[in-house]
Amino acid sequence: MIERTPVLNIATHVILTMGLIFLLLPMYLVIVAASHSLQDVVSVPPNLLPGDQLWINLQAAWDKGHLGQRFVTTFIVAMGVMTGKIVLSCITAFGLVFFDHRLKMPIFWAIFITLMLPLEVRIVPTYAVAANAFLPFQTLLDLSGLTWLVQALSGIEIKLEWNLLNSYAGLIMPLVATATGTFLYRQFFLTIPEELVEAAKMDGAGPLRFLWDVLIPLSRVNIAALATIMFVYAWNQYLWPLLVVTDQSYAMIAVELSRLVPKFSATGGEVPKWHIAMAGTLIVMLPPIVVVVFMQRWFVRGLINTDK
Amino acid sequence: MRRAYFKNNWVAGLMVAPQLIIVFTFFYFPTSQALYWAFTLEQPWGGGNTWVGFDNFRTILEDPYYWSSIWVSVVYAVGSTVLAVGMALTLAIFADRQLAGYKLYKVGMIWPYAIAAPAVGLAFRFIFTPGAGIMMFVNQLFPHLWNPVDDGNQAMAMVIVAGAWKQVAYNFIFFLAGLQSIPRSLIEAGAMDGARVLRRMRDIQLPLLAPTFFFVLVINITDSFTDSFGIVDTMTAGGPSRATNLMVYKIFNDGFQGLDYSGAAAQSIILMLLVIALTFVQFRYIERKVHYT
Repeated sequence: MIERTPVLNIATHVILTMGLIFLLLPMYLVIVAASHSLQDVVSVPPNLLPGDQLWINLQAAWDKGHLGQRFVTTFIVAMGVMTGKIVLSCITAFGLVFFDHRLKMPIFWAIFITLMLPLEVRIVPTYAVAANAFLPFQTLLDLSGLTWLVQALSGIEIKLEWNLLNSYAGLIMPLVATATGTFLYRQFFLTIPEELVEAAKMDGAGPLRFLWDVLIPLSRVNIAALATIMFVYAWNQYLWPLLVVTDQSYAMIAVELSRLVPKFSATGGEVPKWHIAMAGTLIVMLPPIVVVVFMQRWFVRGLINTDK
Repeated sequence: MRRAYFKNNWVAGLMVAPQLIIVFTFFYFPTSQALYWAFTLEQPWGGGNTWVGFDNFRTILEDPYYWSSIWVSVVYAVGSTVLAVGMALTLAIFADRQLAGYKLYKVGMIWPYAIAAPAVGLAFRFIFTPGAGIMMFVNQLFPHLWNPVDDGNQAMAMVIVAGAWKQVAYNFIFFLAGLQSIPRSLIEAGAMDGARVLRRMRDIQLPLLAPTFFFVLVINITDSFTDSFGIVDTMTAGGPSRATNLMVYKIFNDGFQGLDYSGAAAQSIILMLLVIALTFVQFRYIERKVHYT
């Protein structure tokens, strides 16, 4: 700032460089391992310089993990989560901020509470819902006696069933069912001056016109922020796809990655093919890193605003 | 409060409905289902569930494996949080001096956020494996020094380092934002009063960062309970001999490998209560923060 602090400046650079090394070294070791043959990876002393097998290993990992197909699947899911979240959050926040009705606060809280419990915590029952997405409604009908009533009157038994296992809908919808984006949009919409709404109304614009022509153009930064966060979030999903997908044509990339080496066990077994696994790791981590590094500004802003 | 509202409430209803339906289907119903399962037991030959009261909870709480899983989760939570928050805070407060290379440091510290937990897990499993690379060399120099496949403590240490590594970037982003929202004039005033850089850090920046610090702390602990599945599954699969069997991993194992839905649901309820309690602590604090400013 104002003063000259040569010693402290050097110390600062040392500390920051050490931090960078801690964060970058694992990545470097992954690249080194991915660029050698298995023999060189398990040799002593270890090779600490990149070798020349990188391209070969990348290709091997790509073929072995069917990563081409997994890329497409994961990309579709990421896009679905991203779009679903942006559209849903936007219209929900719109409905909550620009209208006046008694249910406003209860609805806001009902949605807000979902922030508290991430998918991992309620994974077992959510899985049951994914096996039949109409289960909640069936239960409601059963409990309210409607099923019985209809059956008694018309002889038709209501049996709703919609299996979401092994489908894009099953992969996407539970990931959309939280309030992160709604919150971001609500905060943004609350900063829109009242006069803007009045002006729009005076010019004869209805609520939908106002949403489309005024709010959406104004919320471009929000959209970019949410899009980056959601892309990374969906791309990196592991536990949910692991459960929902048994048909390998819907396998997502992070799940496939973990299959490149055998599970950790005390009994030993064959030497894992580390060089190929590390090449696969490189391929899988690349797209979200590119997004985060190039969209840094929006991404950081979105992250800070959604969680606070 | 805002006055210029739109009047047609049916539009509002239409706008809010999709989210409500999806939240009901995938959030409220499963959560209530978990409660239902936790208090009932499925009949072995079908025929619905019978009410068993707190029996499932009693079974779990009498299970030494469950207590060990709680202990392991606490160790992981404390270890990874202290490491990740401590590192991120140090890096952020020095990066905030914005010396030459600031932008480069910033990108270098943010990018790990983008990496999937299983990718982090796999990378660190390779780095720490006694069967290849550096640790193999270390073991050759000092035989039997490092063997996470047998030694539970070493396996835990390895999982903690991986978990903390993944979390540093997230914390760094928040600390840096928190530091940059401190008014420049305060720091300049401190400087004019003769406070040097380190003194300003200690007496101005760190105290004013307290709300962010607290927020990050709670988020880290919550995340360590819920978000650790990918790392544990790829690195140790809960082993060796359950030394890294975190609560969320045990729920998954009991529910989907052991097919004990009632037990898994009861465990989920306990974990939910824990997470809710943490969130409340956080809200109370944020509320207080609002009062102050």
